[in-house]
Amino acid sequence: MNRPALAAFSLLVAASAAGAVGANLGRDVAANCTSCHEADGRSRGGIPSLVGQDRLNLVQQMRDFRDGKRPSTIMQQLAKGYSDAEIEAAAAYLSAQKAD
Amino acid sequence: MHQSRREFLRSGSASAVALALGGSGGCASMPATAPKVVVVGGGFAGATAAKYVRKWGDGKIAVTLVERGSAFVSCPLSNLVLGGSRQIADLTVAYDGLDKWGVRRITDEAMTIDPAARTIRLSSGTTLPYDRLILAPGIDFIWDAIPALASREAQEKILHAWKAGAQTIALRRQLEAMPDGGVFVMHIPKAPYRCPPGPYERACQVALYFSTRKPKSKVIILDANEDVQSKKELFTAAWNGRYKGYVEYRPNSGLVDVEVTTLTAKLDFDDVKADVLNIIPPQHAGGVARALGMANANGRFCQVDFLTYESTAERNIHVLGDAIQPAELMPKSGHMANQHGKVCAAAVVALLTGGEVNPAPVIANTCYSYIDDKEVVHVASVHRYDPATKTMRVVAGSGGLSAAANVQETVYAEAWAKNIWADMLT
Ligand code: HEC
Repeated sequence: MNRPALAAFSLLVAASAAGAVGANLGRDVAANCTSCHEADGRSRGGIPSLVGQDRLNLVQQMRDFRDGKRPSTIMQQLAKGYSDAEIEAAAAYLSAQKAD
Repeated sequence: MHQSRREFLRSGSASAVALALGGSGGCASMPATAPKVVVVGGGFAGATAAKYVRKWGDGKIAVTLVERGSAFVSCPLSNLVLGGSRQIADLTVAYDGLDKWGVRRITDEAMTIDPAARTIRLSSGTTLPYDRLILAPGIDFIWDAIPALASREAQEKILHAWKAGAQTIALRRQLEAMPDGGVFVMHIPKAPYRCPPGPYERACQVALYFSTRKPKSKVIILDANEDVQSKKELFTAAWNGRYKGYVEYRPNSGLVDVEVTTLTAKLDFDDVKADVLNIIPPQHAGGVARALGMANANGRFCQVDFLTYESTAERNIHVLGDAIQPAELMPKSGHMANQHGKVCAAAVVALLTGGEVNPAPVIANTCYSYIDDKEVVHVASVHRYDPATKTMRVVAGSGGLSAAANVQETVYAEAWAKNIWADMLT
């Protein structure tokens, strides 16, 4: 295989791997959240459901928790664990879910 | 461990391929050729894995959950039964919520695995075939470490109450029967053990009961470890504060044996006599996960690949929850077990349907502890896969503790429990 072909090939592999994982990134990160914010849309007790919430608002809240702009008991500690891309993907996933 | 598509086609059952190419979902219409997952253990890890393989597998993977209990009983919050603010019924959730996901449930106990034939035999004699086996048996106690507790009789007198249910109720009865002025002695084994903050929360809950009902009584914590293993400042603040005079903490108190008739804990250099003696024995992975050389971390717990939770000793067998040898700073907690269940479910779905396993999983942990019946503290962390070392690492700057015990988090702890039980069981 000549060099450009090889480069193109590895690019393809990388892209397809990222595509497959990327497709589930939001789902897999949101799976961190739904242990406390239940995924069926029915909030039990004092932790609100995130299902079907506005995507941009979810992202903004997470940034505010992370940056300490919004006081919280636990969210500021958790929000610091995720990258921007992960937060955006999780927010997109959660906002697209419907209560069952 | 990644399985390439080619490997999948070679090693995966032909049925999986047929299904990926157009099998229909739904339980009733499930073709006999659907890939088969068997999950052993319906706790935080196993029930979560069973539900999520069904959910994320779009109903195309047949899932059987083998669990010996008739209902789920939560260990988290069970110390509150000792404190008196909860009943075991409050912590009990039926398994039938899993039916709507199409999880087939069998009340039975797993006995022997035949990894070559990919079958698991149950104590009833039933044999189940699997493409992927998920073991979430929790922990067994290492009774050999405490010779005098070998007999069933001794174990009914000196309780562990480290698996919620009958033992928890029995320990509460012992506390109720104890005359005021008595001493409750609890022994904590060397880490790692299930639920690092649990014993210290228990000390608080028993002290709560004593301070309100038996004010001349006392709690002695005999800890085999050199220090409090979790939330140290928060627990010691309670023992030096609202429970002053009720709780005595003794580190470096390794247990040699007990004397059953006199309820005495025998330590290296000391004997401590109790009115109620509570021994939390040292632990190893549940029996079924110790088979086949899978308990390959000090012979006690199971090493796994953190991308899939597949055993490093046996292919096609995944181990979850308290049975695994976790990475550093990953506690043996219900919340972690729930998170293992989801990462494993995602990986198993990918492996059985020719998808790609997530190469960079991230998971979170949270443990709430009740200082009394009104105030709670938490510890939290976020853990990310590090490809260089193939292990999970705490994300720098993430996580932390409550600043102090507070009433606000009591609402959240309650919500956490209700939501995580629903996440795994409904
Ligand atoms: C340990 C339980 C827990 C986990 C895990 C968790 N949260 Fe939270 N969340 C809370 C609590 C408790 C609050 C209330 C604020 C506080 O005190 O931290 C909250 C509040 C929020 C809010 C504000 C909701 C509102 O309407 O006011 C958002 C948004 C949120 N969380 C998003 C997330 C996302 C996204 C994740 C996953 C990456 C996540 N949470 C994981 C417990 C949790």
